[in-house]
Amino acid sequence: MSAVVEQQIEDAAPRRRGGRRSTLVLGLSLTGLIVLLAIVSLIWLPYPPSDISGGRLEAPSAAHLLGTDKLGRDLFTQLMIGARIALLVGIGSVALAAVLGVLIGLIAAFARPWVDDSLSATLDVVIAFPVLLLAMLVVAVQGASLWSAILAIGLAMSAVVARLTRILARRVLQEQFITAARTSGTRWHGIVLFHVLPNIAPTLGVNLALQFGAAVLAEASLSYLGLGAPPPNASWGRLLQEAQGTVLTAPVGAIAPGVALVTLVLGVNFVADGLRDFIDPTRRRQR
Amino acid sequence: MSLLDVSGLTVSAGRQVLVDDVSFAISAGERVGVIGESGSGKSVTSLAVTGLLADALSASGSVLLHGTQVIGAPDRELRPLRGPVAGILFQEPLTALDPLMRVGRQVAEPMRRHLGLRGTALQDAVRSALVDVSLPDPRFAGAFPHELSGGQRQRVATAVALAARPRLLIADEPTTALDVTVQDEILTLLDRLVSERDMALMFISHDLAVVSRMTDRIVVMRSGRAVEQGTVGQIVGEPHDPYTAALVASARALDSALDAPASGASDGEASR
Repeated sequence: MSAVVEQQIEDAAPRRRGGRRSTLVLGLSLTGLIVLLAIVSLIWLPYPPSDISGGRLEAPSAAHLLGTDKLGRDLFTQLMIGARIALLVGIGSVALAAVLGVLIGLIAAFARPWVDDSLSATLDVVIAFPVLLLAMLVVAVQGASLWSAILAIGLAMSAVVARLTRILARRVLQEQFITAARTSGTRWHGIVLFHVLPNIAPTLGVNLALQFGAAVLAEASLSYLGLGAPPPNASWGRLLQEAQGTVLTAPVGAIAPGVALVTLVLGVNFVADGLRDFIDPTRRRQR
Repeated sequence: MSLLDVSGLTVSAGRQVLVDDVSFAISAGERVGVIGESGSGKSVTSLAVTGLLADALSASGSVLLHGTQVIGAPDRELRPLRGPVAGILFQEPLTALDPLMRVGRQVAEPMRRHLGLRGTALQDAVRSALVDVSLPDPRFAGAFPHELSGGQRQRVATAVALAARPRLLIADEPTTALDVTVQDEILTLLDRLVSERDMALMFISHDLAVVSRMTDRIVVMRSGRAVEQGTVGQIVGEPHDPYTAALVASARALDSALDAPASGASDGEASR
């Protein structure tokens, strides 16, 4: 009977994988577009970031692709710098959340029940707070800067990662191959490195990719509230906020950073979705 | 001195007693079968012997494995025994092998850890370990468990269990999850390896025919107790416990059903 089920799964797999592949390609293209903007911005910008020679609130033209803002700065230049900041915050905070979260999650999964209980309770409390509120607390203590935005978002997200890691690790630890590994004398760090981490990595990786999108949005929100990277760093969130007053007369100023934000977040989420099949060898190698 | 000396072993989960005052011994090179129905405490006994009971279970009594008291011992003291002294072969190889680790690596780890092999010596040892379990194609070392058939997986699991050259192999229903034709291959393989390496064997099963083929002495377990033990001849010849008698009777019924032509088969089924 299970052979029949397996056959059905195999029959369904190619179609689904085909769908996943196009999702992945679309996601990579959208993300790649933003990454390209950020890389180019390191080498070349249409105008210096503080150049105000363009005239105020000009409409898009050949000289200014997306027009200018109310101070006369080139909007496309600002957008390119914003891409840099968005990616930096995304990578930085996800890296921080991954390291801290996986560490705490593994400790909770292996610890004695009372340690696990108190860690889990703490995590639940942290998770109960909105990411933005926690981030604002950190910014209040640290002062508004790019680094405190990364620290704030990374810390807030590490609680989510820790809880996921704990659950996933617990489940793997109950598998018989863990007992089997122990019957041949594997130490606990061998169990973690060779058995637990590889087995939770696919799910964790997909989740971290999703967290990346959330981090980019959180940074934009912080900047919108004036708690992110201070000027002259042109975060997309701050561009949105600055364009708010003139949205009726010069809508491009608000639309452009909004579209950039959606492109990156959507792209990363598609990548996360498409990645699922490719990072799990048991699915990748079937057939 | 026995390789394994279990006396008064009791394992309980809270108030529920899973293994109740079980005693038996296995000397070096001896083959002992543990037979009993599902839930009779066979598998729990095999895990208790190597100190690998789940945290929720507590064990008391005495288990001397190669002279070391297992009950209450910290992991640190038991780790050197797991592998070189006792290796376990599990029922379902698909769950006993790490799905994301290549087969060769799973065989290599115990060798690296306990035999201190590295580099090409390790690779050669892995290759010959796979040849020993009749997986001669070197490509097997690079395969993931899900790429193998059930029988091949159990061969790999056997290679892993034997990698550190244990003096006692604990086989916990190693053929229950396999096709009948594959079962026979695995039993023949185990039989050969145990003889060749002069290992002791603790063979756990619910199948009297299999146990009497593989072992010299049998411990019959029921509801957590060892209700009867003796040589295969004694157990099959004159069973004392009613459960043992029922086991023997059903095995005989099957045998006679197989011997009798055509119509006998359905009778055999009915009496089971």
